[in-house]
Amino acid sequence: MKLVSIIDYGCGNIRSVFNAFNAIRESKNISVRVTNKEEEIKRANYLVLPGVGSFESCIKGLKNSNLLGTITQKVKDDCIPFLGICVGMQMLATHSYENGKFDGLNWIEGEVKKMQKTHESLKIPHMGWGNLELKKETAFIKKLKTKLEFEKVSAYFVHSYNFLTKNDKNKIMTTDYEQEITAMISENNIIGTQFHPEKSNFFGLIFLETFLELEKIL
Amino acid sequence: MKVRIIPCLDVDKGRVVKGINFVDLIDAGDPVAQAKIYSESGADEITFLDITATHEKRNPMVDIIEKTAYQCFVPLTVGGGVRKLSDMDKFLTVGADKVSINSAAINNPKLIMEGAKRFGNQCIVVAIDAKKIKNTWKVFINGGRVNTNLDAITWAKEVEDLGAGEILLTSMDRDGTKEGFDLDLTEKISESVNIPVIASGGVGTLDHFVDGVKKGKASALLAASVFHFGEFSINEVKKHLILNDIDVRMDYISR
Repeated sequence: MKLVSIIDYGCGNIRSVFNAFNAIRESKNISVRVTNKEEEIKRANYLVLPGVGSFESCIKGLKNSNLLGTITQKVKDDCIPFLGICVGMQMLATHSYENGKFDGLNWIEGEVKKMQKTHESLKIPHMGWGNLELKKETAFIKKLKTKLEFEKVSAYFVHSYNFLTKNDKNKIMTTDYEQEITAMISENNIIGTQFHPEKSNFFGLIFLETFLELEKIL
Repeated sequence: MKVRIIPCLDVDKGRVVKGINFVDLIDAGDPVAQAKIYSESGADEITFLDITATHEKRNPMVDIIEKTAYQCFVPLTVGGGVRKLSDMDKFLTVGADKVSINSAAINNPKLIMEGAKRFGNQCIVVAIDAKKIKNTWKVFINGGRVNTNLDAITWAKEVEDLGAGEILLTSMDRDGTKEGFDLDLTEKISESVNIPVIASGGVGTLDHFVDGVKKGKASALLAASVFHFGEFSINEVKKHLILNDIDVRMDYISR
């Protein structure tokens, strides 16, 4: 049985993420752990990094957790599938400009910047459901497309900052909020979503199921 | 942006006060079962309000949230009796995505700031119960029992500055009347703040939902009794909004 480890570093909607994986646990024959233990990260076949709150508090929490070395090794050397959600995705960037300038992990080159208030009545945070537009067809996307009609689905977003990828090849999906918002990024075995699959109802569960179908290298 | 439709479950002592009129629901008072039905039939979020919690000074419904979050994969908001950071923590830990504060925000505005700092702005919904008095709207607390004399528009701006992520605006004049949202109030508040405003109170017809968006400029629409009593389904509301060129999420249909 494969192990999904959800990294608990003190910042995040960990319970919701656990519940969503738990709902597909049997059909995918996996076990799910919420963990801050190095051992359970080492044993993991899949790693999930949630994140809610400010970039600064999340990146500090992650760096102070003493887990980053092990996580990096699993993702970069062992190349296991990795999913970062919301701020867990934003932390993959080179920098974030949320309330200052902070270094990210630089696993996927790009910068996290405040959304543009393109007109006076645009509400920020961007909170709610948005359609997804495909920008690039990866192996993951191909699998996902066999299970659903892409034009019809929508995903749940709640954020005020946007991941601007340096390279177009990493920008997999976008959503429109009077400006282009990066919805999903990826590079090799690393995936990040700005939306919350764990709160995106049927679509979200299918997304997570597809993630669990990934082998070591995409 | 898709307009969100949010059914609200009013909970009293762990039971839903106004039950859904669904034939296949054996126990109409069970909030967990009702939330599941809503989440599978098009609800974009679900709000639980512990309607007597503040008044009776008792502890809210961690259990219900925990069980609901276990099987509902849409955002969950919980309100009623949230008085301190530890209350927020309790709900968020068991799977709520947002907490809604009302009386406690008035009694201790710093709670908004501290909550936003600790859990993120998106977690903190400030509920404003407003009643029209002469030509202004005043904020009421304790389930509408106490007039704070605060101006609702001023208070809305203040809660935004303090770090609220969203405002749940209820018109006390319209609540339960089925005369429609107080569009004047909703529009004024929506235009005064940058954060999303959820309109609540008074919806009785399908056109009222349309008005809430087009005239009230609301980002989301919350209703209780019209859904519970089966007057309209969430799907009917959404279809009507689409007919009126309002974008909503429909991806649950093909399931």
